[in-house]
Amino acid sequence: MERNPLKPLTATALGLVMAAGMAAADENAELVINGDIEIVTRTAAPEHMEYIDEIRSGWTFRSDDTQAFQMDDFDNPGMIFVDAAQEVWDTADGAAGKSCADCHGAPEEGMAGVRAVYPKWNEAAGEVRTLEMQVNDCRENRMEAEPWKWDSGDMVNMTALISVQSRGLPVSVAIDGPAAETWAKGKEIYYTRYGQLELSCANCHEDNYDNLIRADHLSQGQINGFPTYRLKNAKLNSTHARFKGCIRDTRAETFSPGSPEFVALELYVASRGNGLSVEGPSVRN
Amino acid sequence: MKRATLTIASLIASAGLAVGAEVAPLDVTFEDGAVAQSLSGAAGDAANGRKVVSTKGLGNCVSCHAISEMADDVPFHGEVGPILDGVADRWSEAELRGIVANAKMTYDGTIMPAFYKTTGYIRPGDAYTGKAAKSDPLPPLLSAQQVEDVVAYLMTLKEE
Repeated sequence: MERNPLKPLTATALGLVMAAGMAAADENAELVINGDIEIVTRTAAPEHMEYIDEIRSGWTFRSDDTQAFQMDDFDNPGMIFVDAAQEVWDTADGAAGKSCADCHGAPEEGMAGVRAVYPKWNEAAGEVRTLEMQVNDCRENRMEAEPWKWDSGDMVNMTALISVQSRGLPVSVAIDGPAAETWAKGKEIYYTRYGQLELSCANCHEDNYDNLIRADHLSQGQINGFPTYRLKNAKLNSTHARFKGCIRDTRAETFSPGSPEFVALELYVASRGNGLSVEGPSVRN
Repeated sequence: MKRATLTIASLIASAGLAVGAEVAPLDVTFEDGAVAQSLSGAAGDAANGRKVVSTKGLGNCVSCHAISEMADDVPFHGEVGPILDGVADRWSEAELRGIVANAKMTYDGTIMPAFYKTTGYIRPGDAYTGKAAKSDPLPPLLSAQQVEDVVAYLMTLKEE
């Protein structure tokens, strides 16, 4: 398959998936990307999790066809956006006339291992920061460029480029020390039943993962694969955009991407995936 | 919602039927989770209840519950809640009414949403827009008559 962002490819991909219908997921399939990068999609849950013994990547819940998209970068539509971000990485922007590359070198060097440990406490700023916050810090203070919006194409593409440099490494976010307070706040949000449907993250993704809710096969809601290329909207989706969609679907007033609540929730949910491999950009339905 | 309720109420009134008044969501009385009296004051229509149960924009009960009787014409039944086959053998009408109206009165902490409840929510939204609710109390997920219709349908699900 050609690496090509044009719509016909997307339509074809969608058609394939729809034709496959409810093809059952092969839950024991193993994910090796490009025949080279071994991805841990199932492993023992981190100690802090009380109700789940084994954590599973969302990849294990998807159909064979959807799973296949992620096995080779030439089939992974998310990689198109990684290529786009590579160009941006190398291009100067802002009053300081700098590009990402000017300080960080090639992404494979400067960004190796970064995705795996974010969100992360930033001592100088005195806060837990996501990749998006760190990217904008660079843009504003080092490049003297305009910050990107959280859900802009430039931002989500850049987080995909950064994520690729950690693929196969275990997610390993710190939850103790100065990050503990933010983590606890995220945990509280995870277990809060929002909206008129009174649903918490846990109701679906802890109590009912592996069950069908109408035609959807509920996953554990892991975020090790973000940003995620979704076949349903044919673009990369940020973690916070997904959070927003989930909370909206509880008939609640949602939080905004980039809000302190979602930063805290991201840290907590990321920590539930400690031990799974970084997969981004993953492919999901 | 209000207009529909009024219309139904006036229809009933003009028909001169000897039925009770509609019970507002805040006035529902639960006894051990059960609700004895019709919420609308009228009998339920099982055929319409079947539609509410199986339609995404209405009750969408099949999102979580499988029902063999409608397996052929309604795709994708969920498996989050118990299968509803034979549910009328296991519960009385009053108990089913209570569970549909607010299942948390029967099963503390259940994932099942309350379909006839309007207050007491955390960050209530304006339906599925993600924006803040426009009113407090909210409109209930189902009207009193829709709850009665669903209960009437559930009462047809017998195996014994």
